[in-house]
Amino acid sequence: MNLEQIIKELDLTLLTRPKHFAGITPSNGYASDLLSCVMAGAGENGIWVTLQAHGNIVAVAALIGVAAVIITEDAQPDEATIAKANEEGITLLSTPSPTFHIVGKLWEMGIKAA
Amino acid sequence: MTPAGFDKRQIINDNTAKSITRVEELGYELSVDEVMTHEIQTFDVDMQMHQVLEIARNLRISGAPVTKNGKLVGIISMEDLIRSLYANNIEAPVTEYMTSNLITVRSTDPVVEALKVFVSTGVGRLPVLDNDGNLVGILTKGDVSRGLLKALQHDYANEELRKYRASHLFEDIESDRSSLILRYNIKQGDFTNGGAASSNIKKALLRLGATPQLARRCSIAVYEAEMNLIIHTTNGGVIRVEIEPHVISIRVVDDGPGIEDIDQALKPGFSTASEKVRELGFGAGMGLVNISRCVDEMIIKPSLENGTLLKMRIYLDKAKIGGKE
Repeated sequence: MNLEQIIKELDLTLLTRPKHFAGITPSNGYASDLLSCVMAGAGENGIWVTLQAHGNIVAVAALIGVAAVIITEDAQPDEATIAKANEEGITLLSTPSPTFHIVGKLWEMGIKAA
Repeated sequence: MTPAGFDKRQIINDNTAKSITRVEELGYELSVDEVMTHEIQTFDVDMQMHQVLEIARNLRISGAPVTKNGKLVGIISMEDLIRSLYANNIEAPVTEYMTSNLITVRSTDPVVEALKVFVSTGVGRLPVLDNDGNLVGILTKGDVSRGLLKALQHDYANEELRKYRASHLFEDIESDRSSLILRYNIKQGDFTNGGAASSNIKKALLRLGATPQLARRCSIAVYEAEMNLIIHTTNGGVIRVEIEPHVISIRVVDDGPGIEDIDQALKPGFSTASEKVRELGFGAGMGLVNISRCVDEMIIKPSLENGTLLKMRIYLDKAKIGGKE
């Protein structure tokens, strides 16, 4: 399942610059809003689902090397956060759905835990 | 080949300047002379069309400039050749069919100028003149593409070389003990820049030839320490990372207020973070726990000025850095 299919299937809104998403295949997933837990638990090239939307999620995502961050419940990152994400090459996606819903869908699509 | 940056009408401000690609930059850096074809076939102005046709057929070319004593006087294209054939008029002098209303570029012009001419006129090849008006080459869009690709390849090779140099730093510089020290001053409450130091350290380690796993371990440890300085200290603190071929030593120091109960602080889930900070996703009580998982040695103790001193070490006997096993 590549990122293009995931974005389409979950009807996610792309907040950052478009990339060749069909060529990105996330290998795992992780969900938490506590950044230290994400640091410890999220896997490289995975999808991180969170309702945090402030600038530090970009730093965490970049350090771990996640393929994309899905921000749930319509939490909106500010412009500086999006600019920072573009600079670091991190893809930010947004959805009105709650985390549990998104994780369930991802699991059904074959994205399993790290 | 008309990226936005080439448009004369568009004013380039700092913001749009950021999005100028390397290819566009090269369009300004490279001169026509560097990408054009130097060795060119020309037709003499005294030739007749059948001679021109003969040469064009033998050399499999679809056109060429016409010169008189080295000076450009016209250009013959495939279309001109066909017109003369169609009119059954191949005994005619070349001057009858050539285009003499000429669009040229100068060899010293930046490539971007030539691109503008290609776009605005729709011609396929441009004769290139030197500053004295002598014909010195010919430029096609293919020449421009090849030239840009070659320059990009050169850029890439330079980057590889820089990486190679960095990753062999410790081999190339001889001393009894070489080390590289990186220092980062972290401000209290500076959430906006939170993670900048760890991100820079990760990049530096990768450039020095560290494995992604090692860079990740080190940057997670530094990230947690960095956030601790931002969240918990009175005046921020300093992170000092010393890289040696066999060990990375990280030292984080602040001047207060100090950790009341270090044993408790080391327990997973224990945190003194404020509600506001927790809302941002910090204060999980996992910072020091994460650090201890990422490093081989961790020492935390009160520092001289009522603050805290955190020392960490990651050994590199197995991991690779600086080109050494």
